[in-house]
Amino acid sequence: MQILKTRAELDSYREAAMSALEAQKRKLLVCAGTGCVAGGSLKIYERLSELMKEKGLPYSVELQLEAHDETVGLKRCGCHGFCEMGPLVRVEPQGWLYTKVKIEDCEEIIDKTIIGGELVERLAYRKNGQIYPRQEDIPFYKKQTRVVLEHCGHIDAESITEYIAVGGYSALEKALFDMTGDEIVAEIKASGLRGRGGAGFPAGIKWETVRKLQADQKYILCNGDEGDPGAFMDRSIMEGDPHRVIEGMLIAGVATGATEGYIYVRAEYPMAVNRLKNAINQAKEIGLLGKNILGSGFDFEIHINRGAGAFVCGEETALISSIEGERGFPRVRPPLTVERGLFGKPTVPNNVETYANVAQIINRGAAWFSSYGSPNNTGTKAFALTGNIENTGLIEVPMGTTLREIIYDIGGGCRGGAEFKAVQIGGPSGGCLTKEHLDLPLDFDSLKNVGAIIGSGGLVVMDEHTCMVEVARFFMNFTQNESCGKCVPCREGTKRMLEILERIVAGKGEESDIDTLSELADMIISTALCGLGKTAPNPVRSTLQYFRDEYVAHVNGVCPTGRCKSLIKITIDPELCRGCSKCSRVCPVGAISGKIKEPFVIDQSKCIKCEACVNSCPFHAIKEG
Amino acid sequence: MSKQFDFTVVDKIIEQNGHDPRAIISILQEIQEHYHYIPREVFPRIAEKLGVSEAKAYSVATFYENFSLEPKGKYVIKVCDGTACHVRNSIPILERLRSELGLSASKKTTDDLNFTVETVSCLGACGLAPVITVNDVVHPAMTPDKASELIKTLREELELANT
Repeated sequence: MQILKTRAELDSYREAAMSALEAQKRKLLVCAGTGCVAGGSLKIYERLSELMKEKGLPYSVELQLEAHDETVGLKRCGCHGFCEMGPLVRVEPQGWLYTKVKIEDCEEIIDKTIIGGELVERLAYRKNGQIYPRQEDIPFYKKQTRVVLEHCGHIDAESITEYIAVGGYSALEKALFDMTGDEIVAEIKASGLRGRGGAGFPAGIKWETVRKLQADQKYILCNGDEGDPGAFMDRSIMEGDPHRVIEGMLIAGVATGATEGYIYVRAEYPMAVNRLKNAINQAKEIGLLGKNILGSGFDFEIHINRGAGAFVCGEETALISSIEGERGFPRVRPPLTVERGLFGKPTVPNNVETYANVAQIINRGAAWFSSYGSPNNTGTKAFALTGNIENTGLIEVPMGTTLREIIYDIGGGCRGGAEFKAVQIGGPSGGCLTKEHLDLPLDFDSLKNVGAIIGSGGLVVMDEHTCMVEVARFFMNFTQNESCGKCVPCREGTKRMLEILERIVAGKGEESDIDTLSELADMIISTALCGLGKTAPNPVRSTLQYFRDEYVAHVNGVCPTGRCKSLIKITIDPELCRGCSKCSRVCPVGAISGKIKEPFVIDQSKCIKCEACVNSCPFHAIKEG
Repeated sequence: MSKQFDFTVVDKIIEQNGHDPRAIISILQEIQEHYHYIPREVFPRIAEKLGVSEAKAYSVATFYENFSLEPKGKYVIKVCDGTACHVRNSIPILERLRSELGLSASKKTTDDLNFTVETVSCLGACGLAPVITVNDVVHPAMTPDKASELIKTLREELELANT
């Protein structure tokens, strides 16, 4: 690969890359995000490649600057977002999206679509009898606005040439040659960009502080320790458009005078680590990372640190401890990270999605960015939509989009037509939103007002069959496990809260437990050291606020959804039982007895609620409740 | 025991990380990648080579959940119990795997060192929930019955490898 030494060289490289990409009329974009890979998309990619070779079709797997217009581009790209329907293959120039593609479908795709230019109708998305061949027409995509995710699913995730061809690194150019550091900071501030990692602190203010400080070394820190269960926005960006994250960090470096960057990625994301490493190597080879970038005199390098399985490391001071080779303990602030962060030096801490917004803001301007969303909550936000929802996947919408639009228009409502009950937003640090919040605009400020947070953007949908007390127990179990143990309120407080919740779901709770839970929650929130502890009681608090009746029911011995096994009772209806003895034979603990041809009975003290008998009864005489 | 321990691999890893005490987590990760766990013998060596106390090396290794001081099975099965998998019933899958293999929350690895079953808080494959991974290969949309099938297949693979 050639080394680009000047701005002009990058520009001419881009021109060549652009015309090569434009010349490539026909393209097959195979989704190579974690979801589709698990569904076998890489094998589909290989099969498509084999078939084109066999059939003598000219194709290329990597964008070459001297491409021929007859060549078919076969690419592995980032997450398309519609994980539910994977593996996904996008067809260009038509813009068709093939869903649930199997190895056996590959030959038809080549023959019919690539050679014949026709649609393979059975692979197109269908809903209510209607066929949606084009990706952009599918209801799941129609209501979305893809800014941060614009390249995910549209370009080769492993090619710097392709990133450059779609305008990549032009914002870096602008930042290096056309703007001063002050101007960059001013632009970011004017855009209103707030940190996408949870707290929503304005990114421009962090940058400004670090810029103003005098130090021999400053750092740009990228938090990719996306630990919230049910969130995978940052993973998808790192996997699908890694250069965009690097470009954002580079611009932050130019603006603040930092020359080194660190990306901390959680260990559970091996593919994200590989794609980032690959991208960093490519950027080094071409001269966009390293010394004297494009002859500007600006030096920058990026290191990758892998996490080792500690949720608390998503908290920035704990993350810094981890990079420094310590136990991932959070630190008391002040001093603030911007003043004394990594290795005691001024540090810009932002998360993946925040950096991924930077290049666009520099290129298109603050006014363009703030045209999305609402005042003080500008831009778009990526959400991971999961749980009991029809269309799971990765979505992006303008800030302030309502929950109703997300759940029903994009998500297609609850699975199997079940009734919507609540959505957990912000993971274990967040809260739940209920039916009454369906028309609430989702943004930093309005969520704060109802006791939830946007968090990193995980949205887990729960339907009428979900027990909210059990959900609260689940989150408390998670944070209790992940509490690092440094401060007492979090270490002991979450433990006590968990014990109480376990007691309640086991049917041994007391009325007074509910008040104790509230009290403990308030105490932990006001006294814990770091963000993990301060937000750990949020799921309990918000479920108590909106579903207090469920807590009360549990204390009175009933789980309204029947999900808490200890609270259900399995009984045999003597009217319906014919005394066939089938149930007593399947019971693994010998809890059922009776005389043949007379009604059988269950000994409740022995019953383990395994439901084996329920399924075995030919007369439907065994009931749960 | 420590007398027989061959430190060649460990020394090389430390060397490649420039004897930098700040790189201790990467060093431990690379050691674990090689041995599939962290043998206790390595701690005095790490401490000596990095110029830190043994207690420091041990404290870092025990803080992070990914590090294991116990040997793991040939097949490491991770059951995702993130929110999305949890609401789509991941626990019955975990229970089935444990009962198939005679394991529990405290006993995570079979005596023959063939299988390890553990939970993981989120693999980020929520769209395919509930998921499990076997040696980092994701198996989507699992059910207890599919888990039993999988164990059967893995046992057959083991047998084939042994013949």
